[in-house]
Amino acid sequence: MEAIVQFFRDYPLLWTLVKAVVLANFTLAIPLAVIYIERKVAGFIQSRLGPVHVGPQGTFQTVADALKLLLKEDIVPAGADKRFFYIAPYIAFVSVVLSFMVLPFAPGWVALEMNVAVLFVIGVSLFNVVSILMAGWSSNNKYSLLGGLRAVAQLLSYEVPMVLSVLVVVVYTGSMSLTGIIEYQVQHGWNIMHPPVMIAAIIYFVCALAEINRTPFDLPEAESELVSGFNTEYSGMRFALFFAAEFANNFFITAFAAALFFGGWDGPILPPIVWTFVKVFVMIFVFMWVRWTPPRLRIDQILRFAWQFLVPVSLANLLFAVALGVR
Amino acid sequence: MEILSQGMVINVGPQHPSTHGVLRLILTLDGEQIVACEPVIGYLHRGLEKMMERRPYRHNIPFTDRLDYLAALSNNLAICQCIERLGGVEVPERAQYIRVLLMELQRIASHLVFLGTFGTDLGATTMFLYAFREREMVLDLLEECTGARLTYNWVRVGGVPDDLPEGFGEKVLDFVKVFRQRMDEYDRLLTRNRIFRSRTQGIGVLPKEMALAYGCSGPMARASGIAYDIRKVAPYEVYDRVEFDVPVLEDGDVWARYLVRMEEMRQSLRIIEQVLRDMPDGAVQTKLPKVFKPPAGIAYSRVESPRGELSFMMVSDGSSNPVRVHIRAPSFVNLSVLPRLLEGAKVADLVAILGSIDVVLGEIDR
Repeated sequence: MEAIVQFFRDYPLLWTLVKAVVLANFTLAIPLAVIYIERKVAGFIQSRLGPVHVGPQGTFQTVADALKLLLKEDIVPAGADKRFFYIAPYIAFVSVVLSFMVLPFAPGWVALEMNVAVLFVIGVSLFNVVSILMAGWSSNNKYSLLGGLRAVAQLLSYEVPMVLSVLVVVVYTGSMSLTGIIEYQVQHGWNIMHPPVMIAAIIYFVCALAEINRTPFDLPEAESELVSGFNTEYSGMRFALFFAAEFANNFFITAFAAALFFGGWDGPILPPIVWTFVKVFVMIFVFMWVRWTPPRLRIDQILRFAWQFLVPVSLANLLFAVALGVR
Repeated sequence: MEILSQGMVINVGPQHPSTHGVLRLILTLDGEQIVACEPVIGYLHRGLEKMMERRPYRHNIPFTDRLDYLAALSNNLAICQCIERLGGVEVPERAQYIRVLLMELQRIASHLVFLGTFGTDLGATTMFLYAFREREMVLDLLEECTGARLTYNWVRVGGVPDDLPEGFGEKVLDFVKVFRQRMDEYDRLLTRNRIFRSRTQGIGVLPKEMALAYGCSGPMARASGIAYDIRKVAPYEVYDRVEFDVPVLEDGDVWARYLVRMEEMRQSLRIIEQVLRDMPDGAVQTKLPKVFKPPAGIAYSRVESPRGELSFMMVSDGSSNPVRVHIRAPSFVNLSVLPRLLEGAKVADLVAILGSIDVVLGEIDR
C-alpha cells in the first residue's frame, strides 16, 4: 500500500489524477448516503418507516434508485435549448466537486491546499446559480423558468449575508485557508466560542438552508406550485446529477460550517476524520429536521428577510467582529 | 424601440400536483404576480344528473358517492333526505342519531384531507402524513360500520341499512380522546408556526359582501363573517337536539378559513359525544314498498356537507324514476369566486387560496 501511494506521489500528474478520481467519486457517493439518511429521518419525523425493502433496513434503496436513473432514457424536450440543457447538470455537479477540492477532511487530507480557499469556495458555489438558470431557461418550460428565476433571486440574495458571516471567521482567524482556520481553532479553541462568530454561525445556518434549497426556502423546486421547479424537464442521469449536486452540496455546506465554526477535524479521542464526519452529519440531521417541519415561505417574504434583516444584521455583526477581534 | 411587455400565460393543471384533481387554471402572470385567472372545469363530467333520471329513486344513492368523494356520506344523506321528503317517509329516531354520528365522523375525515393537503400545498409535508394517520382511524371506524372506506353508500331512504356494530360507541369515544390530543399537536405544528401564519394571514381575502354575492357557503362563508350553517338555520335529523357552536370569523382570509375548519373538527367531536350519549334504542329502517313511487311533486333538501351547503332537488311525476334531479354542489359555487380572490396574488398564493377553498372536482363536474 505504502509503495503504491509512493509510486503515485512520485509522478505529480498521476497523483493529481488519483486525487481527482477519488474526489469526484466521493462527491457522487456522498449523496447516496445523505439521501438514505434523509429518507430515514423524514420517515422517523413523519411517523413512518422510510425505505425498508432493498438491503438491510433499506440501505441499498438509494443505490437502486441511482442505477435506475442511470438506465433511464435521456429525454430532451422539444424546443429546448440543447446545448445549455445538456451542460447545466454538469456545471451544477462540477461546482460542488470544485468546492470539495479545498475541503480538509483531516490533517493533510485535502486535495488542494489553497491559501484563499474560503474565497475560492464562495466563487465556485456561484456556478451553481448559473447552472440552475441555464436549466430553467433552456428547458422551454414555464414552470422551469419560474423555478430558475426564483432560484437565482434567492441564491444571490442569500449569498451576501453568507459571505459576510464567513468574513467574520476570516477576521477572527486572520486566514483565508481552510486548513489555516482549522489549525487556528485547534490551538485557540473553536471559533463558535466568540459572540460575533456565534451570530455569524446562526446567519450562516439560515443562509445555508436557502443555498441548498430546503424548506422553508425550497421555493425553486416548490413541488406544489412549480411541479418540480428548474429540474422539471430533466430525466435519467441528468436529473440524477442535479440531485447528487444538491445533496453533495448539502454535505459540503455543513462540512464548510464545521471547518469555519466548529473546529473542523478537532476533537478528543476519535481520529480527526471521524470528527469531521460526526460534525457534518449532526448538522445534516438538523437541516433535515428543519426541512420536514415548517412550511415554505413566499418569494417576496424570502427576499425581504434576506435584504431587510439578514444583510444589515450580518454587516453590523462584521463591524462588531472587527471592533472586537482585530489583532 | 418600444419594448412590448406581455403577461406570461401559464397553464396550471389538469395535471398538476396541487389542483386537487383535474381542475385547470389558465393564469396570466406578470413575473410572480397573477394578473388574471380563468378556471376550466368539466374534465370529470359524467352527466350524473341526467343518469339519475333513468334510474329508480333508490338506485341513485351509489352515484352520490362519486360526487364529493371525500364526504360520500353527506351526499348519501342529502339525496336520501330529498327522496324522503318527496315520498313523505319517516325516519326512526335511532337512525337519525346514527346518521348524525356518521356525518360528523365524515366531516372530520374530510377536514383532515383538507388539513393534510393544505399543509403539503404550503410545503409542510409532514402535516399531510399526520392528518392522514388520523384520517385512517376515522376510515377504519367507518369501514367497520359501513364496509367501505371511500364510497360508503350507507344511508338509505327511510333510515340506515343496519345498526351500528357491537362496541362501536366505545371505539368512537377512544378515537375522540386520541383525536383531541392530536388536534393540539396540529396546533403546535402549524397554527402556531410563524411561517404558516405569514403565508396565510391577509391572503385571498373574501369580503362578506362578495361571499354573499357569489353564494359561498360552508367554512368559506363562515370565515368571512356569515353565520350560516344549515345545521343551525334549518336543522335536519337531530342537529336541533345537540349542542355545538358554529365558528364564525370576520377576516375572510386563508388563515380564517383554516381556523374555521380546525374549530369545526373540535365541534364535531362534541356532537359525536352527545350523540353517543343520547342515542335511543329501536329500529333503524322504515319499511318501504319494493317499488317506491313517490307522489307527483317537487322536493328540495339541503345538508351542511364539509364543503358547504349541499342541496338536492328532485321532481317526481308519480312514476318510479325522478323526472329531474338537480344538485347544488358547494365546491362549484365556492370555486366561482376563485378568479376574484387571485387578482394580484402571487403564484405561491395560488395554492394556498385554492387549498383553502377545499374543492372536490367530483362534485364540481358531476
